[in-house]
Amino acid sequence: MMQDHAASATAPDTVHETVAHVSAVDPETTRPASTGNAFAHIVYVLKSNPVTLISFGLFGIMIIAALLGPYIVPYDPLASNSAVRLQPPSTDHWFGTDQLGRDVFSRVVVATRLDLFIAITAVALSFVIGSMLGSLAGYYGGWFDTISGRMIDTIMAFPLFVLAMGIVAALGNTVENIIYATAIINIPFYARVARGEVNIRRHAGFAQAARLSGNNDLRVLAFHIFPNALPPMMVQISLNLGWAILNAAGLSFIGLGVRPPTPEWGIMVAEGAQFIVSGEWWLAVFPGVSLMLAVLTFNLMGDGLRDMVDPAQRT
Amino acid sequence: MEDATTMRDKSILGSAPQPALVQVDRLGVSFATRNGTVQAVSNVSFQVAKGETLGIVGESGSGKSVTSYALMRILDRAGRISSGDMTFSGIDLVNADERTMRDLRGREISMIFQNPRMALNPIRRVGDQISDVLRQHAQAVGSNARVKSIELLKIVKIRDAEARYNAYPFELSGGMCQRIVIALALACRPRLLIADEPTTGLDVTTQKTVMELIVELTHERNMSTILITHDLGLASSYCDRIIVMKDGAIVEAGETSELFASPKHAYTRKLIRATPRLDSTVRELLLEDLATAAKPTKAARATSDVPILQVTSLTKSFAPEIAKRSLWLEKLIRSKSIKPPEAPLAIDDISFSIPAGGSVGLVGESGCGKSTTSSIIMRLLEPTVGSVKLNGVELTDIPIKSFARSTYRAQLQMVFQDPTDSLNPRFTARRVIEDPIRMLGSDEDRKCIEERVEQLAERVGLPVDLLSRFPHQLSGGQKARVGIARAIALSPKLLILDEPTAALDVSVQAIVLNLLHDLRADFGMSYLFVSHDLNVVRLLCDDVIVMRAGRIVEQGNASEVLASPQSPYTQTLIDAIPHPPSLHAA
Amino acid sequence: MLGSRTKTVLQRLWQALPVLFGVIVVTFLLTRALPGDPAVYFAGPAADANSIAEIRKSLGLDLPLPQQFLIYLGDLSRGDLGQSLSTGQPVLTDLTTRLPASLELTFAALFLSTMIAIPMGILAALNPGRLVDHACRLLVTMGVSLPTFFTGLVLVFFFYYLLGWAPSPIGRLDFAYLPPPHVTGFFTIDAMLVGDLETAWAAAAQVFMPAVTLALFTLAPIARMTRAAMIQALSSEYIRTARAAGLSSRKVILTYALGNAMLPVITTLGMVFSFTLGANVLVEKVFAWPGIGSYAVEALVVSDYAAVQGFVLSMAILFVLVNLLVDVIYTLIDPRVGSEA
Repeated sequence: MMQDHAASATAPDTVHETVAHVSAVDPETTRPASTGNAFAHIVYVLKSNPVTLISFGLFGIMIIAALLGPYIVPYDPLASNSAVRLQPPSTDHWFGTDQLGRDVFSRVVVATRLDLFIAITAVALSFVIGSMLGSLAGYYGGWFDTISGRMIDTIMAFPLFVLAMGIVAALGNTVENIIYATAIINIPFYARVARGEVNIRRHAGFAQAARLSGNNDLRVLAFHIFPNALPPMMVQISLNLGWAILNAAGLSFIGLGVRPPTPEWGIMVAEGAQFIVSGEWWLAVFPGVSLMLAVLTFNLMGDGLRDMVDPAQRT
Repeated sequence: MEDATTMRDKSILGSAPQPALVQVDRLGVSFATRNGTVQAVSNVSFQVAKGETLGIVGESGSGKSVTSYALMRILDRAGRISSGDMTFSGIDLVNADERTMRDLRGREISMIFQNPRMALNPIRRVGDQISDVLRQHAQAVGSNARVKSIELLKIVKIRDAEARYNAYPFELSGGMCQRIVIALALACRPRLLIADEPTTGLDVTTQKTVMELIVELTHERNMSTILITHDLGLASSYCDRIIVMKDGAIVEAGETSELFASPKHAYTRKLIRATPRLDSTVRELLLEDLATAAKPTKAARATSDVPILQVTSLTKSFAPEIAKRSLWLEKLIRSKSIKPPEAPLAIDDISFSIPAGGSVGLVGESGCGKSTTSSIIMRLLEPTVGSVKLNGVELTDIPIKSFARSTYRAQLQMVFQDPTDSLNPRFTARRVIEDPIRMLGSDEDRKCIEERVEQLAERVGLPVDLLSRFPHQLSGGQKARVGIARAIALSPKLLILDEPTAALDVSVQAIVLNLLHDLRADFGMSYLFVSHDLNVVRLLCDDVIVMRAGRIVEQGNASEVLASPQSPYTQTLIDAIPHPPSLHAA
Repeated sequence: MLGSRTKTVLQRLWQALPVLFGVIVVTFLLTRALPGDPAVYFAGPAADANSIAEIRKSLGLDLPLPQQFLIYLGDLSRGDLGQSLSTGQPVLTDLTTRLPASLELTFAALFLSTMIAIPMGILAALNPGRLVDHACRLLVTMGVSLPTFFTGLVLVFFFYYLLGWAPSPIGRLDFAYLPPPHVTGFFTIDAMLVGDLETAWAAAAQVFMPAVTLALFTLAPIARMTRAAMIQALSSEYIRTARAAGLSSRKVILTYALGNAMLPVITTLGMVFSFTLGANVLVEKVFAWPGIGSYAVEALVVSDYAAVQGFVLSMAILFVLVNLLVDVIYTLIDPRVGSEA
């Protein structure tokens, strides 16, 4: 029933296909062709879904905070002032002050840059490596598929956060190593999605047609098949940005990677943790909520990102 | 069910001599969608008498399936019966409560579906699925259900029924699964059977046996049947009366013979003409005025003696997937338990040729090797043994990897089966058509390419302003035209047509077949037409080749093969396809 | 039929071997990739040049890498994961004494989250667009967005500091109680076994908050997958057939739809177990839970690498075993598994 219904609801033009002379022009030329340039399409996606609009708005704010944060905050995020230790939120200190008298608001805003940087770099790395591995494995199959598949299985055989801990512990306690560790544990997701999406399209009619048009295998893969794997990859990217930022904050929470006094959300929550039981909630809550909002933003952006790269969403 | 019988007795008071079992009056069904309410069915009225077979015929989107789901009240959540009355043997189906409906379904009204494999629960034994129905309607209790289920399996002619009781759907063929679905539907001896495209997706020969089984069982039990189909041929062979639906409404209804002899509505006429009959020509598929307006069919070009394509002793075996993919460890444990099966030959020693300017049809059921053959000729697949010569040049000497850029690539092109699957969803129509020109054409100039694409679009009847659309913004027929324009963009010498109309409605099929017919003459191409339907192939081809299980069983002149097939298999194939009565006879 | 199933199960066991081998190689490489000289780390901060050289020799670090790997394999086969610097005990002993605490927490959390997430996913799928569906979606979105360590702190703030309902968020048992005699290592169960209901209650109260924290985190993937799988199953053609045959909605939903929908959910549970093992580390730190996660964190702080690597390896092996179990269960439920391979 869905078939009939769907056809009648979404593709009214198929039922109007009229018998016309073979060389004559189809009757339905009146419908305006909506090629829609890319920008118009992005605006359309943003307008059509308020959740997407809100998430992109939040993302914009985060980007501004990351770029301009250090120049616009009211206090030096590293300057301690023992006169104003552990003060609750007030008009002077919107998010209160910590045990050294540092302004929590300034620290939270300035931390945006480091947290976003770690998440975006790590996800970019794993997207590039993972999708290349996965596409090649999905397209060519054979020994390359087997070997890369086993490697990915091995990575996935570790609880991922535990593997990240192990990698950072082994390579050394630095921000770069946090990025590498986060990238490595995210590679399997892209590799698997890319492999699956490429594999089901390997013998699709349009891929065969591209070969008949004179495209070699690499061109078929790169220009015809891979772009079609992008919509689900976009959803994966948004989920992974969330995970990456959680992962990095989690690592610094247990004392790996970023070190005090550098402002970073995970480390600020860790430092504030001991004051929770005595009621000084603002130390941990504000960085924690920022972290949560950031992850939420990334997660909500997924559908919007997918719709933006999916031409089937253009009407 | 006592209520039902007493109510049925009351309805005899009606004036009709034979009381209708099913009475549908001004039925309307609407669906709530994101873009508001869509009326899928409106003002549909019909009745089905006891023992009668009613056909509901229409193309995709006509609302024929929705009507039957409404009758059983199994519309999905978004669907709603918005108006009208429906009664089944006196019971008001529109207002009956869910309990009453549940008792009716399966017990009084049953349904069988297309895609029999999908219609069965994949992780439950087929016998248990029949037992579930028997138990639900209190036709059996305890172990009795098993015995009764096995009986039913025997009734639908499943051999070795006791063992098959324990089979899962994935272990059975499509035809077998459809028999199980029939057994499930007939388990409680219902009075009405609704068959929704019961043979779509099955092989032609299986289609016939399944249809005959349905007819035999329903006649035996004096059941009424509603047959829902897109295939006028099928409807004409099995139905007493036919209603034709379009856009959710009935355009015409009548006795089958009358409807075919003197169709009143223009749409019915169009459908009847568009359905290939045994003696129709490709032009006759179009309506009278269009057919006469079309250019007269040109006489086929004088075919030269040199064949454009010469295939000799082609053989292809697929190594079993298991052996290729698994790791040595898995092989190690496997080798102890099972030996790898003998590699079956996908195609076995095939030879044929296509004369220059000629057109040859390659016909067979799924799995006969016809697609493997066309892939090898297209140089997408390496043959195990054999030779493929295009214009006297051995193609198998050119490695597949470098064939993409070879000069022969442009001479060999293909039109694909599914117009949706064969167009890149991310490319506009223009980009689809210009891709081969950019990759293999001699034109470098953007302007030239643009003009060439527009010429091609015009030639295949695609409005130039549609070129900027993405595939999902085009109708099925328009997508087919884009695919054809791409295939002829480089003026190939040989065009392989791989079931080019299988995914299209008949009226669109008629147009596309005519377009292909004209293009061959205009461009001086040769065709290899791959299809399961001898009757469609006949419309475009001078010669046909019939394949079965990787071998050629018969080849020769198309009309001769159809008129007097030499092989019993060809005869079976011809008989299996139901045809509407001949136009000329009427 | 049974034969092919058994074969599939055996095959799965074989397939786990290369993965297990890969895991050991990775852990080995992580041990050897220590920045600078591993011997310096293993010798501890107070070592002089002589004792470092000695350690290097005793650890076999002067040997070529493949040989070192063989020695490493030999050590593993004897259950030797090295000595912990901070506790002075063999790492294996430390891990086995602390494992029950982590497992008790993990199982409590998974029990909580499946008990809530699966019914919720089913209800959401049965009532799309209704209140329960929206609630499910909200919970799923929140669940994936909440940092576990932060949720834990918020719970502590509300239920311990503000409301005073929860016991002090430190350890497995309040200081007022003595741990029950060791049987399973799970305090709640061990206490009940000896009939000490008061201790059992105290242990349950103690595990409640960390378990809720972990459960909130694991709810999301389970609920989401249940809902999606159930919606897909309900819209499939065999459900239409079952409805058209007049089967009761109970039968249609519970036997036909749920049976099929459970397959992807079981796979998800395996993944979720992996997340939980990772998140355990954070939650154990927040609640000072004496499991292997907090053991690893303590070891990290003092650069006790043998302990950290032992932890990573044992987590990976645990997870491989869980996945194996999931695979076997799947094979037993889904008749199609054996035939497609």
